[in-house]
Amino acid sequence: MTKIVVLVKEVPDAAVQKQVDSSTGRLDRSGEKTLNPFDTHAIEAALQLKESGALDVDEVVAVTVGPSSAVKALHKAVSLGADRSIHLTDDALVGSDVVGTGYALAELIKRESPDLVLAGQQSDDGQSYAVGAAVAEYLGWPGLTQVIKLDVDGQTLTCERQAEYGYDTVKVTLPAVISVGDAINEPRYPSLKAIMGAKKKPLESLSLGDAEIDASKVGEAGRKAVWTGSQEPPAKAAGELIEDEDTAETVEKIVAWLDDRKLI
Amino acid sequence: MSTVSGTAPFHLDDDQREIAAMARQFADDRIAPGAVEWDEEKHLPVDVLREAAELGLGAIYCDEEFGGSGMTRLDSALIFEALGTGCPTIAAYTSIHNMATWMIDTFGDDEQRAKWIPGLASMETLGAYCLTEAGAGSDAAGLATTARLDGDHYVLNGAKQFISGAGVAGVYVIMARTGDKGPKGITAFVVEDGTEGLSFGKQEHKMGWRAQPTASVNLDDCRVPVANRLGEEGGGFRIAMAGLDGGRLNIAACSMGGAQSALEKTIQYVGEREQFGQPIGRFQSIQFSIADMATELEMARTFLWRAASALDAKDPDKTRLCAMAKRTVTDITIEVADKALQLHGGYGYLSEYGLEKIVRDLRAHQIIEGTNEVMRVIVARDIMGRV
Ligand SMILES: Cc1cc2nc3c(=O)[nH]c(=O)nc-3n(C[C@H](O)[C@H](O)[C@H](O)COP(=O)(O)OP(=O)(O)OC[C@H]3O[C@@H](n4cnc5c(N)ncnc54)[C@H](O)[C@@H]3O)c2cc1C
Ligand SMILES: Cc1cc2nc3c(=O)[nH]c(=O)nc-3n(C[C@H](O)[C@H](O)[C@H](O)COP(=O)(O)OP(=O)(O)OC[C@H]3O[C@@H](n4cnc5c(N)ncnc54)[C@H](O)[C@@H]3O)c2cc1C
Repeated sequence: MTKIVVLVKEVPDAAVQKQVDSSTGRLDRSGEKTLNPFDTHAIEAALQLKESGALDVDEVVAVTVGPSSAVKALHKAVSLGADRSIHLTDDALVGSDVVGTGYALAELIKRESPDLVLAGQQSDDGQSYAVGAAVAEYLGWPGLTQVIKLDVDGQTLTCERQAEYGYDTVKVTLPAVISVGDAINEPRYPSLKAIMGAKKKPLESLSLGDAEIDASKVGEAGRKAVWTGSQEPPAKAAGELIEDEDTAETVEKIVAWLDDRKLI
Repeated sequence: MSTVSGTAPFHLDDDQREIAAMARQFADDRIAPGAVEWDEEKHLPVDVLREAAELGLGAIYCDEEFGGSGMTRLDSALIFEALGTGCPTIAAYTSIHNMATWMIDTFGDDEQRAKWIPGLASMETLGAYCLTEAGAGSDAAGLATTARLDGDHYVLNGAKQFISGAGVAGVYVIMARTGDKGPKGITAFVVEDGTEGLSFGKQEHKMGWRAQPTASVNLDDCRVPVANRLGEEGGGFRIAMAGLDGGRLNIAACSMGGAQSALEKTIQYVGEREQFGQPIGRFQSIQFSIADMATELEMARTFLWRAASALDAKDPDKTRLCAMAKRTVTDITIEVADKALQLHGGYGYLSEYGLEKIVRDLRAHQIIEGTNEVMRVIVARDIMGRV
């Protein structure tokens, strides 16, 4: 029997303009919120492992660290098919950095002792692409990022990672932490019944004390990364224009350009 | 004006927002990309409908007992608006299917519900609603199709005109005359595709609604088991009208969706299209047009929700409110869609941009499920009595 934990985060809706609140140095997360769209791929991956029988999954548990409003993201996660959810919420968590968040998540995961932890590749707001790795580090488990294909053979997973150029094929033995790229699957839509039934699935709400998490390692108390300022990124250099005078020559130029960059 | 308790306020709860978001996502991903092509090729994408049905959209406001989703009419309005943003025609066919399904679920006995609802809910079987005839459009109670009892069968004769889904549907809810003239002589039947004596006319060529078939349904000594009678003899017109209360809201919601997507396309377009050295969206007259379009849509939507809530609450004024909503919403939305086309200039007139299709599709909504004049007849009769 296998248990999968999926890490999910509540983020501002894609339509909301994001900006840093200069008084706190944190992202302004007001406005409409939703489940991090990248995490729906992690949920889908868990469900596909369960439904295909590739792993003998008896439970998929969605876990989040976030403010009280994050229950909505958990409802969404269970409407998509997770069996239950866990919500760590505590005022002392406010202002946690990636490492603090990774620590808190790892502590929650230890309580569940799953065989596999799946995460999205990035959050739609913080976008550090790092929480999965931080969690793996705290657990002392192998951590893989940007996975876009998962093949199971017993306790061994053969994963394809999207690399800078091309793909890496990597084998890991469970337990492991894997963050998936959005090319891994097409997440399903929640059915009307699943949406209406989401509030009936078990949701465990924990404070730091409940979860026996060290408050000095999270929140403002524990953070090591502090936002100090921001700048506009430098303007991109103009692209290269190739005039199509002689098609054969044009094709050659394009091929050479792509070849230079090892894109073909 | 009366309101009964239970009428929803102007705020959607989390579940309703999720439902609307899911339907919108489905429309964006699965419907909108195909809409222009389906219109051109007169193609009803049954595979996409079945995918929607897997999410519960085949029997949205039916009871859960036999496979319905148990949603309210307000939920349904949100869903049909969302689907309508992808394609008003696909949304409207889904609405007609839902209406026919609801009639069987609500007025059928358990045997009938068990027999037909699961297939309709999954859209393995598509539904059709057959009331209109060549000689009986607005005056639907004057229909001439007959059903004569013969042993354990009824024998149906006549022809239904303008039937959406004719030829592709598997289940036809047909209103026919078993008794005297007028509404009390009408009975509803469920006729399955393949029944001897059931045939279809040629597909009509239409201004819009091209992605769904419209044809006549012909009944020539069509023998239908007594077990397929829906409700009592003489109860058919009441069933047909009950179906339309919700059907009219859905059609109005499909129009909302069409106009909403026309508005969204326009907001983007006027920001990009440059004339006189600047994006045309900088011209105040264009900004005001867009402000008015958005305002009119919000007004229409608010009223649609009010009527839907009245139907949910079984408000005694529900029929009047549904008729009012159908009339105003379908009138306002086509005007908004037409303005959107205008703001796209010549490009709005090209098929590729999808605007002219929305206008053509929404034009049908002022006619079907009772013309907007008939909506006024219903409202006037309700508030003035029969003078
Ligand atoms: C009360 C409270 C307030 C918070 N306020 C802030 C704040 O002001 N600023 C801020 O940056 N963060 C805040 N957090 C959340 C936390 O600090 C961030 O989640 C963390 O910084 C994640 O980094 P990221 O978004 O770049 O994730 P990434 O590394 O880009 O995310 C990768 C993947 O990791 C997983 N993941 C990421 N974050 C979480 C999470 N919180 N729970 C579960 N899974 C997760 C997801 O699967 C995601 O797809 C708050 C948390 C709490 C409890
Ligand atoms: C694309 C399409 C799909 C359709 N799908 C279906 C379907 O699935 N099932 C179905 O049963 N029907 C369907 N219909 C039929 C539709 O409901 C009828 O066309 C409609 O009810 C009008 O009837 P009619 O066409 O006979 O017009 P008529 O009733 O002849 O009306 C002609 C004009 O006279 C006006 N008028 C009539 N009576 C009055 C009055 N008392 N006061 C003032 N004005 C009046 C009308 O408003 C209209 O402007 C469909 C029609 C179309 C175009």
